[in-house]
Amino acid sequence: MDRRQREQYLREYSILKGQGKPFFPYAIAKDGIMATITILVIILMAVLFGAELGPKADPTTTTYTPRPEWYFFFLFELLRVVKPPELVFLATIGIPTICLMLLLLLPFYDRGPERNPLRRPIATTAGIATIGAMTYLTVLGALAGSPTEIELATKPQYEEGKEITASAGCLGCHKIGENGNTLGPNLTEIGARLGRDAIARTLENPTAPMPSYANYRKTNPEQFDKLVQYVASLKGDE
Amino acid sequence: MTPPLPKFLRPTPPRPGENGRNGDGTTTAPPKPQEQAVEGVASVVGWLDERTGASPFLRGFLYRKVPKGTNWFYTLGSATMFAFLSQAVTGVFLAMYYEPDAPSRAYASAAHITNDVFLGELVRGMHRWGSSVMIILIFLHMGRTFFFGAYKYPRELNWVIGVVLLVLTLMMGLTGYLLPFDQRSFWATVVAVNLNSSGPVIGPYLADFLRAGSEFGPTTISRFYALHMLAVPGLIAALIGAHLYLVAKLGTTAPPWLKAEKKDLLTEEI
Ligand code: HEC
Ligand code: HEM
Repeated sequence: MDRRQREQYLREYSILKGQGKPFFPYAIAKDGIMATITILVIILMAVLFGAELGPKADPTTTTYTPRPEWYFFFLFELLRVVKPPELVFLATIGIPTICLMLLLLLPFYDRGPERNPLRRPIATTAGIATIGAMTYLTVLGALAGSPTEIELATKPQYEEGKEITASAGCLGCHKIGENGNTLGPNLTEIGARLGRDAIARTLENPTAPMPSYANYRKTNPEQFDKLVQYVASLKGDE
Repeated sequence: MTPPLPKFLRPTPPRPGENGRNGDGTTTAPPKPQEQAVEGVASVVGWLDERTGASPFLRGFLYRKVPKGTNWFYTLGSATMFAFLSQAVTGVFLAMYYEPDAPSRAYASAAHITNDVFLGELVRGMHRWGSSVMIILIFLHMGRTFFFGAYKYPRELNWVIGVVLLVLTLMMGLTGYLLPFDQRSFWATVVAVNLNSSGPVIGPYLADFLRAGSEFGPTTISRFYALHMLAVPGLIAALIGAHLYLVAKLGTTAPPWLKAEKKDLLTEEI
């Protein structure tokens, strides 16, 4: 934008502004409605999804599948997209830094006077492509399989136990159905070999590297029982 | 004219409360509670204004015009701010119970908040999901300013402040994730910090700084905690202030498809 265009913009803007309405009460009413919706959504999500707390961090279990918060998936997935080891620094630091710089300096290299998105084809395309890429990477990360989800079908009375087991972090080391990792034994048919008591004993006094859940039994006895009942129900016949 | 009388013979004017409220036998009704309240508020406002001179500023802020055509997309910025305020309030309540001392206390206190404290799980849940909501809103707000070309002259600086706010908000997500210190948060953070250390030149130093050493130790948590509840939110609050100051000073953009009409432009030029 050269000087004439800047002056032209300020002139046009002051006219449009003069034809507008005062911030109070018009804009503030909309802002207030939006703020109320925001807070209600937050409360609703808190009530619906609660605040789970997995097993205590244990620095000795090196195979736990790390899962970042979902809004970091796109960064995390870059790592999996970029395979050759000598290029990894590109995925971890290189690409994010370049993108950040491009974002930060945007107003200094895109200086045209046009503001209508329909008449800024390059900017609009780049914007949509960025959104598309980030969404794609985020979805990829989400589909990579959560260590806190078991897809194997179960009887209704064990549903709750399944939820608890899924969120207790067992899948970090065990496979149940299609989900989970393979460090520890596969638990899909564990109930055929071990009874409830044996499983509870294993949970309280496991052999390393499995973490002990004795503390969990003390703080959440009911959840612990449901978890054990669910694991014991895994007989591979469903 | 009454003849001059010696002082002691002159009628004394009625005392207050004698002979009616107005002194001539009539009474005005005492102010209603409503009127008293309005008076009270007005006098408090007047008192404050006399000492701060805030009213011209506030009037300028509240009654400034918002351009024609301003729509719901323009509420995304303030919605982001309210999500941040919600995080601040719930965060204060969590800080009353959370103990960053050593890894064992951190987990135990997070469990205590979740299981024992009255409404603890609700507040923790609000803080947790509030972070997601804030991230969604900040990206939507950034998208709005991008597609509306709002980063162009004269609002370049506000865009730059916005990008810094975005980075700081992501840092809140990163530093907060470790605090409950369960498996998930621990391992995700280990990986995140290791990613940092793969960066050229400053990477390893940054990672050492975050970990407070070359390994995750007891001080790592207090370091993340200090960043998460003091340094970063302080910066965010200050930058939101600067961001809003510029919004009020420059005005929000008009929707990009609106043009001032030719005749208005002409009269303006005369
Ligand atoms: C850090 C990894 C890890 C986690 C997390 C973990 N386990 Fe294990 N688990 C193991 C390993 C390794 C073994 C095998 C131990 C051995 O060989 O004695 C094992 C053994 C078991 C066994 C005995 C299996 C057998 O064939 O005898 C059961 C039952 C079991 N785990 C259940 C669970 C449940 C339920 C959870 C979640 C609450 C869980 N584990 C969490 C690593 C883990
Ligand atoms: C903590 C985060 C943020 C808060 C609380 C915030 C708040 C606000 C508010 C209240 C407005 C007024 C207009 C509107 O609501 O759209 C605004 C405008 C603006 N914001 Fe933000 N913002 C944040 C982050 C960002 C980010 C990440 C960017 C972009 C990188 C950004 C760029 C802008 C620009 C350019 C304007 C001027 C828009 C116009 O004049 O139309 N902001 N911000």
